[in-house]
Amino acid sequence: MTGLKVESLKKHFTIGGGFLGGKARTVRAVENVSLSVALGSCVGLVGESGCGKSTASRAILRLEEPTAGRVTFDGIDVASASPAQMRRLRQRMQFIFQDPYASLNSRRSIRKTLEEPLKVHGIGDPAERRDRAEAILSEVGLPQDAMDRFPHEFSGGQRQRIGIARALVLEPDLVVADEPVSALDVSVQAQILRLLDDLRDKRTLSFLFVSHDLGVIRHFCDTTCVMYLGHVVESGPTQEIMDDPAHPYTVLLRQSSPIPDPANRVDPPRIAGEIPSPANPPSGCPFHTRCPRAFAECRESMPAAKEIAPGRQVACHLF
Amino acid sequence: MTALLDIRGLTTEFRVNGRWHAAIQDVDLSLAANETLAVVGESGSGKSVTALSTLRLLPQAGARIGRGEILFEGRDLAKLSERQMAKVRGNDIAMIFQEPMTSLNPTMTVGDQIAEVLMIHRGMSHGAALNEARDLLDEVRVPDPARRVTEYPHQFSGGMRQRAMIAIALACRPKVLLADEPTTALDVTVQHQVLTLLDDLKRERGMGVIFITHNLGVVAQIADRVAVMYAGEIVETADCTRLFANPAHPYTEALLRAMPRVDRRADTLEPIPGSVPSITGRPAGCYFAPRCGYARPECGHHPVLGPISGAGGSDHQARCILRAKAEEAA
Repeated sequence: MTGLKVESLKKHFTIGGGFLGGKARTVRAVENVSLSVALGSCVGLVGESGCGKSTASRAILRLEEPTAGRVTFDGIDVASASPAQMRRLRQRMQFIFQDPYASLNSRRSIRKTLEEPLKVHGIGDPAERRDRAEAILSEVGLPQDAMDRFPHEFSGGQRQRIGIARALVLEPDLVVADEPVSALDVSVQAQILRLLDDLRDKRTLSFLFVSHDLGVIRHFCDTTCVMYLGHVVESGPTQEIMDDPAHPYTVLLRQSSPIPDPANRVDPPRIAGEIPSPANPPSGCPFHTRCPRAFAECRESMPAAKEIAPGRQVACHLF
Repeated sequence: MTALLDIRGLTTEFRVNGRWHAAIQDVDLSLAANETLAVVGESGSGKSVTALSTLRLLPQAGARIGRGEILFEGRDLAKLSERQMAKVRGNDIAMIFQEPMTSLNPTMTVGDQIAEVLMIHRGMSHGAALNEARDLLDEVRVPDPARRVTEYPHQFSGGMRQRAMIAIALACRPKVLLADEPTTALDVTVQHQVLTLLDDLKRERGMGVIFITHNLGVVAQIADRVAVMYAGEIVETADCTRLFANPAHPYTEALLRAMPRVDRRADTLEPIPGSVPSITGRPAGCYFAPRCGYARPECGHHPVLGPISGAGGSDHQARCILRAKAEEAA
């Protein structure tokens, strides 16, 4: 199987413990995430803060060591890859960060920022590296005179373009983008989404796109995975999930997402409460504490993912 | 309908490198009781400065109200002394902010923070104020208010903190609530809860609410009327339904087209090229012209806010020379 495949990924953190640390507790940030990103496709990972979507995306690239589970890329096991294999894999799997202010080194010129990945991976001689950096800069829509300037001289949207250029300069096959447009204004957000659209068309790029915004996901992704408290609760083709959500949480998320149309004011079920802490997750189905349709079984056992339509999986006792 | 709050020709200036530049200019807004007016715009559009100027919360050094009146029940707030203004703040006009954690005091219990307002403005005793604080937390639908009143902000979740902020703001039963991006830091499901709460409270108390946001989706959910701001000016104002159905200003139209929507399939988004001009670098003529797809040579003249005719009342206005010409021709 080509592309990325993630099976039963788990990432737990330990907090507290040790001297003055109090009682050690386990934060179950990612409990059970399985997904696959085929070559050239774009998969969205959507959920509210604390659902584990960022941690999952980082664990997939081994920016955090996963606690359990299997991640393969073109059949190579990422967790057990030798250092040499991992270096080659890293070149093919790149990351775009959310905050264009924090993810660039303010003391490094754009030229250095863009040439460094090439240097690290031992690609080309200095002249070739310069050419590749210049080519990628114009591809992301920045002028060549940006090369010798520093991050503080750029606006948020321009910085995000630099972040994208840095990820793409290695010509990766897979880009994991963690909320790449959340920090931007609407007009600039659309510019960046358009840029990512264009880059996707021009190259053979797969995306794992993490976002909390269903509108952005709908625009950009072919397939969507909805996460809640470390679990993927629903996955399937984006359009089906948006137009006909199945899991009660997806329904709530969809109905709570504001639509710019006053004629369409919805009144979703007035459920109380917020996402529970992953340090103390509820028993059974993680959503039962807020679910308007929960029944006894939901409190006792975690429902397994069931296929309700081709390519469409839901983890809920109602199905 | 008489206006509760009537802002006329408000211009607020900041000093940048020794010169005064207008952050907002000639802003006219009026707010009636039991009305939600949404002020929408991108960062740098001047929407927060408008709210801060209304309550005179801008720093004394480096910022000043250049021109204009802020009439609240007939009194001009711009002319009040600081002592008189302190009585208005929290009592008649209250404000809630985007990030509840940085607006709450981490060393005081939530109950004490609500009670403080009541003790200062209404002269209540500590015990009576705490009782009232408990009732207020109940009113903003914080579960188990008797226990919550003794807890600290760090024990509250994001949504609960924003509810606590709302309780503080509502403690003295203000007639006007200024809400500056109150749900931006919240998740969508919690955002919806807070929007519903604000809407219910507005109805129950007949408050006027100025709701500042950058999110057109939120505007459509909560607003009665909308003012769209760009580069320190109001570029369009209309009834909420009308604004979304018939946007008259190219900027409003472009914003709607740039927003990815969850309810429909859009293959292409139409970004607005460029970015909002800085306070020191606004172009001559129409501020939006450099980014506008309809720009013509006549856009070199600065347009005024003019009426747009059409069904459903005449309070629809837009700041665009081309629209004004179309209106004249019709």
